[in-house]
Amino acid sequence: MAAVQVSEAEKVYIVHGVRDDLRLDGRGCEDYRHMEIETDVVSNTDGSAKISLGLTDVLVGVKAEIGKPKPMVPDEGYLEFFVDCSANATPEFEGRGGEELGVELSNTLYKVFNNRHSVDLRSLCICPGENCWVLYVDVLLLQCDGNLFDAISIAIKAALFNTRIPKVHVSEDEEGVKEIELSDDPYDCMRLNVENVPCVVTLCKIGHRHVVDATLQEKACSVASLLISVTHRGMVTCVRKMGGGSLDPESIFEMTEAGKRVGKALHAPLMELLQKEESLGKKRQKVGFLG
Amino acid sequence: MDEDRLTASVAGEVERVNKLICVKPLKTRYNGEVGDVVVGRITEVQQKRWKVETNSRLDSVLLLSSVNLPGGELRRRSAQDELAMRDYLQEGDLISAEVQSIFSDGALSLHTRSLKYGKLGQGVLVLLSPSLVKRQKTHFHNLPCGASIILGNNGFVWLYPTPAQQDEEAGGFYTSMEAVSLSDREVISRLRNCLLALAAHKVLLYDTSVLYCYEASLSHQIKDILKPEITEEIILETRQRLVEHEG
Repeated sequence: MAAVQVSEAEKVYIVHGVRDDLRLDGRGCEDYRHMEIETDVVSNTDGSAKISLGLTDVLVGVKAEIGKPKPMVPDEGYLEFFVDCSANATPEFEGRGGEELGVELSNTLYKVFNNRHSVDLRSLCICPGENCWVLYVDVLLLQCDGNLFDAISIAIKAALFNTRIPKVHVSEDEEGVKEIELSDDPYDCMRLNVENVPCVVTLCKIGHRHVVDATLQEKACSVASLLISVTHRGMVTCVRKMGGGSLDPESIFEMTEAGKRVGKALHAPLMELLQKEESLGKKRQKVGFLG
Repeated sequence: MDEDRLTASVAGEVERVNKLICVKPLKTRYNGEVGDVVVGRITEVQQKRWKVETNSRLDSVLLLSSVNLPGGELRRRSAQDELAMRDYLQEGDLISAEVQSIFSDGALSLHTRSLKYGKLGQGVLVLLSPSLVKRQKTHFHNLPCGASIILGNNGFVWLYPTPAQQDEEAGGFYTSMEAVSLSDREVISRLRNCLLALAAHKVLLYDTSVLYCYEASLSHQIKDILKPEITEEIILETRQRLVEHEG
């Protein structure tokens, strides 16, 4: 991730601040920065969302294609993740510089969604064993200011909520060859149930306390961080430790509890916001990238 | 230039002197002038100098002969001083310095040969555009709200708690690692958010505008200042007061 240099005195200032529950911008240890979400920003995808969390900007597009289901689970569809760290974010990502980070992010996303409760994969099945919907989730990093995992997971949830998969009709003709027909009505589509899609909360350990939504300066002062993905009921789907420092078991327990609490509190306002945005319908003013 | 219209390649304020037309860009790298106060971060420690990042096109240079020795001695720098360079300033340290001269390639040569310049201790650095900082007689201010500010001409603004007593002999060598009190922290965080709000609305930065913005923000919580609606409210009030003050 793009790193900023911080002097020793600045580190001491930040660590003492976190200890007193007052971070550089006045937030408490469990407060998020100002977040703006907009869905349906990319017209040639089946679902898209753009999120800006402080200065971090992430764009997610979801495309649905018909493919062959995995042999182990013939009656389920699946999701494919790809994260592109564009050179827009920082010059370090130019050329192949962003590949390592992109691969790390994609692998984490696979782990987070690797359970049968997050997305109802059975609804993505068309013909068991032969055809299913494959959702290609593409993430584009536009600006990098810390806390990428959280921003990406919230954007994915919003994009999946916005995804409209066309309804298909399978017909069999005389020779037994199956034909898949897309319905003629462009508005006749299937929506996904995103109730159980988890959101990722990254907790960085600074000094003896942990902070949520760390900026790049705070990241430079922390030695280890814990990534927890939580659903709206408080169920944890993935826990990952990142960073070179060590965490003792008590602080891992504390951080997990804090992560569950913060994660649970994220889902309800997010769903409300998404429903409200959808209810504005066609008349809503799209802001998009300019403005 | 086509027909009767002259188009510049940058967006900014136009200044006209007789037949000379200048455009001062809004978003630009810092172009140094002799005598400017800058805040910079050390990026490299080289043989007899440090390379300092000051948001300009080239890294600025701080020569070993341009810093004060501990104790204020005046002598020729020896090989031992060269080896002790890293003990004074390491990579990542912040300094306040003045521009001494400009090299032919445009790189700035800095010096800290005064007791008010030197290594910076605990505080917060805010990165802004250089075109927003107003040129004034002094860039070091002790604000009445309880914190001090250094408005670097290069857009780097340093906020720090006002030191209790002025330490004469140390002169920038000693940085205190004691914890800063919570009330000072709140003032500094509030000032930081105010600076970001002022920069977002392209308001010229000098001690009076920062102070007015701080006072206008007192009715809101610190973390709310960066929310767009509240930022607009605060900036509107600040602009009104500035207009009254000038008029």
